[in-house]
Amino acid sequence: MARDDPARGFGGTRAGAALLASAFVVATCGLVYELLAGTLASYLLGDSVTQFSIVIGTYLFAMGVGSWCSRYVKRGELQVFVRVEVLIAAIGGGSAAVLFLLFDRVQDFRLPLYGLVLAIGALVGLEIPLLMRILKDRLEFGDLVAKVLTFDYVGALAASLLFPLLLVPHLGLMRTGFLFGLLNVAVAIALIAMLPDRRRLRGELVGAILVAIALVVGFAASERLQRFAEVAAYGDPIVYAASTPYQRIVVTKRGSDLRLFLNGNLQFSSRDEYRYHEALVHPVLSRVATPQAVLVLGGGDGLAVREILRYPTVRSVTLVDLDPAMTALFTRSGMLAGLNNHAFSDPRVHVVNADAFRWLKANRRRFDAVLVDFPDPTNFAIGKLYTVSFYRELARAMGPRAVASIQSTSPLVAPRAYWTVATTLEAAGLFSRGYHVYVPSFGEWGFHLASPAPIGAAGPLPTGLQFLNAVTDRLAFAFPPDMARRPTPVNRLDNQVLVREFEAEWARVEG
Amino acid sequence: MTVSRRTLLAGSVAGAAAVGTGAVAWQSADALPPGMLGGADAVRGHRLRDGHFPEPVRVEHCDVAIVGGGIAGLSAAWALADAGVTEFRLLELEDRAGGNARSGRNAVSAFPLGAHYLPIPNPEAKGVMRLLEQLGIITGWQANKPVFDPYQLASDPEGRLLRYGRWQEGLVPTTGLSDTDRHDLIAFFATMKGFSGRRDAAGRPAFAIPMALSSRDPDLLALDTISMNQWLDEQGWRSPVLRAHVRYCCRDDYGTEPAEVSAWAGIHYFAGRRGSAANTDGDTVLTWPEGNGYLAGRMAARLAGHIEKGRTVYRVRNEGTKAVVDSYDEATKQSVRLIANAAVVATPHFITRRLVQGGSAGAGNFEYAPWLVANVTVDRAPGGPGFGLAWDNVSWTSRSLGYVVATHQGLDPKPGATVLTWYLPLSDVAPADARRELLAKPLEYWQAMVRDDLIQTNPDLAGTIRRIDIWRWGHAMIRPTPGLLWNGEREAAAKPRPPLFFAHSDLSGMSIFEEAHWHGTRAAEEAMAHLNHPHVSALT
Repeated sequence: MARDDPARGFGGTRAGAALLASAFVVATCGLVYELLAGTLASYLLGDSVTQFSIVIGTYLFAMGVGSWCSRYVKRGELQVFVRVEVLIAAIGGGSAAVLFLLFDRVQDFRLPLYGLVLAIGALVGLEIPLLMRILKDRLEFGDLVAKVLTFDYVGALAASLLFPLLLVPHLGLMRTGFLFGLLNVAVAIALIAMLPDRRRLRGELVGAILVAIALVVGFAASERLQRFAEVAAYGDPIVYAASTPYQRIVVTKRGSDLRLFLNGNLQFSSRDEYRYHEALVHPVLSRVATPQAVLVLGGGDGLAVREILRYPTVRSVTLVDLDPAMTALFTRSGMLAGLNNHAFSDPRVHVVNADAFRWLKANRRRFDAVLVDFPDPTNFAIGKLYTVSFYRELARAMGPRAVASIQSTSPLVAPRAYWTVATTLEAAGLFSRGYHVYVPSFGEWGFHLASPAPIGAAGPLPTGLQFLNAVTDRLAFAFPPDMARRPTPVNRLDNQVLVREFEAEWARVEG
Repeated sequence: MTVSRRTLLAGSVAGAAAVGTGAVAWQSADALPPGMLGGADAVRGHRLRDGHFPEPVRVEHCDVAIVGGGIAGLSAAWALADAGVTEFRLLELEDRAGGNARSGRNAVSAFPLGAHYLPIPNPEAKGVMRLLEQLGIITGWQANKPVFDPYQLASDPEGRLLRYGRWQEGLVPTTGLSDTDRHDLIAFFATMKGFSGRRDAAGRPAFAIPMALSSRDPDLLALDTISMNQWLDEQGWRSPVLRAHVRYCCRDDYGTEPAEVSAWAGIHYFAGRRGSAANTDGDTVLTWPEGNGYLAGRMAARLAGHIEKGRTVYRVRNEGTKAVVDSYDEATKQSVRLIANAAVVATPHFITRRLVQGGSAGAGNFEYAPWLVANVTVDRAPGGPGFGLAWDNVSWTSRSLGYVVATHQGLDPKPGATVLTWYLPLSDVAPADARRELLAKPLEYWQAMVRDDLIQTNPDLAGTIRRIDIWRWGHAMIRPTPGLLWNGEREAAAKPRPPLFFAHSDLSGMSIFEEAHWHGTRAAEEAMAHLNHPHVSALT
């Protein structure tokens, strides 16, 4: 039996110290993986108490399974220990990256999550029993238990302090995973290196080196991986996520700040959305003598409707949004409906879930005010909603003195795209006036007023606004030279210049 | 290949097992979706070739008889209707008018069976322009330029090309080019621009559409004596990228390899289009979910009272001053004789040659390209790396010409299921052999070919294909081989023999909507002149 043991002759105080040090390292790593899984779960699935409890419970249970299984290791404990280290390095080190990448791509995210937690837990559970057995001939039993468990608990303390204070803020979850995977693999390689008869573990060494290379590559490529895994980009804990046939809806919450993302693009932050929605709504409604029938295209979050309902003359608001899941979410979720002041439950509000273009083509009603709040023209399908053909249909839906506003992206980042909207509105026979406001979470943001009649100054504004007043309304229509109007083409269905300009201009900023 | 009882049984057991395990999304590599095999009615066509028809049981009379309800025949009928001729009848062999411009429809979308777009017409295509105005496709004029209904112009993006595993915008490669490629492409397109702008002493464009209005300058007509490949060789352009692009275009428009396409026709593809519009670029096209089936349908709707379908005309002759048209009614299984003051024979030339007794002039070397068109119904639109889905999607390495997306003109922001119309001209085999293959091979053979090609181009389509319907066109289009266009045969075949008048795009040597329209309108006007019926020409 002893002949088969590669650890034969692996003795002395140097080796003993190395093994105890490895107890410290593996304990740190083990706890880091547990924290990674718990953080990821609460981050992606929401409800951190539940997620942390279940992850910790599952992990501890899996460690028990691993400890139990250690009894089936009859010989060659050191070799098994080295293999376990390499496996933990690979699975634990890559776990954060794998979970991020899988989040959007699997039916039930909990399957890979708990699968990985069980696997890592079981492997980590093998470590301490194996270590104790390797060390059992070198230390007296009482000393052995005391020393190993001390290093184990100190390692746990180190991990629990390092993780929130240093690792997550500075490295992020993915890189933390890769880094601690490297520590596990370093333990394996160091132990092999200290063996007198290390040729016997050549296979383990090759495996360890390959895993180390993979982890280094993963660490270096983390940023690119993050971009693949869009959810990693949200930055705040996710409290709601759903994929509808039309889009991916994600709501994040940090403190009192709720944020809505559609397909990874920020739609609003509850901290400053009042600036955006006051700017979208009030320049229009204050320019209509008695707004009664109002149309909202897009805007399924109901925040624009909240502003519209400040006008007592408004008798009906028709909101056309493609995605029933969006309007349902902002009707039923107490937290989100609170943001729009339960606008969708107001009897004056009629929600139509339809494609705005098709709805508008079929529409025969005329409205006093129209608010067009579509996503930015990031693709050709959305680009159709910014064409001269669309604005001609829009003009048909407007009474002779009606006013509309159109969300038109940032005039600072994408001035050509922004002013293309103006040219296109004018090509549809409408008067247009551009204006812009500063929304901290978006930056400098632009809109256009459009009307069949020349557009005048604002009338009286409702009370209770936080951003818009007579002065800020007037200022919004002034453009400094870097955002000033420039000659732009007309956006048509058959040329879609806006999508191309938008992409080129935003690519310049985002690199 | 027939499905044996055992495979069928095995299939249903496997199917039940798949449903049972919830693995219905999984699709075996062998499983072919349902579909139908369709095409020009070969039974009726072949009966025509064999010539066994009963003698007519009754005689009918009308002013003008039109034989054939493709775009040429419909255009002839349209011209008669415009001029106030009321006693005319159009006899069509198939159960539906439209010819190459016919279309299909299923629960997901309408889709083309053949021709699928009409370019913005050239200024000289006055007849087509007038038709488009009557149909409301041209909505007005600004500064002498037509204004088109924007919903009928092909939405952007029009085309994308898969090359080196990535989709790029447009059909001409822009990346991965050698210096030779770049040089030859630039030189080629510059030369085409030169041809496009060239006019002769009489002011005629070098390459007009309708082609009858083209210049007759000898150096231009000489291009018809050599093939496109020979002409490219003479220019010294050997870039494989340019040659492959030219090959694509020759197969796309003529179903024929560039080695067999007249250089005049080959250049016409690139230099013939000079359309301009007030509200779009000159190179935009008009398209509809059902392709040119939209135009054929609108035309047929106005002419509905005059069109008789399922009527196989098997003999046309002149008897004194009258035209005698004998046809077999597929419904009653009886033959009917129609005696008219004039007849417009608007069938493809290979049919006309059989119908017209005494033989129409120029019974010469008219060849036809066979095509396969597949309509593939998929659960969701394909994507792929690089540039997103366009209307026309082409793979650089595929034998096919790629696919167009039937729902492209739709306004839905997120189209779900759609129909992809996939085109393959069988140009790499001799036409007669290809036609035999087309008739001999079963539905499953073609379905597997289409599926494999599509999945190779768009692996993301795996598991989304719900139907593959195959349409066989044995004589899809005339092949503009060297000499056909300007050796006189074409004009001879078009020469009227009152009271018989001839119409078809074959008489231009090019299967293009505008050419069919030109000949249909021309033949109708010739017939009206013959009958002294007052009319204003739509052609000038």
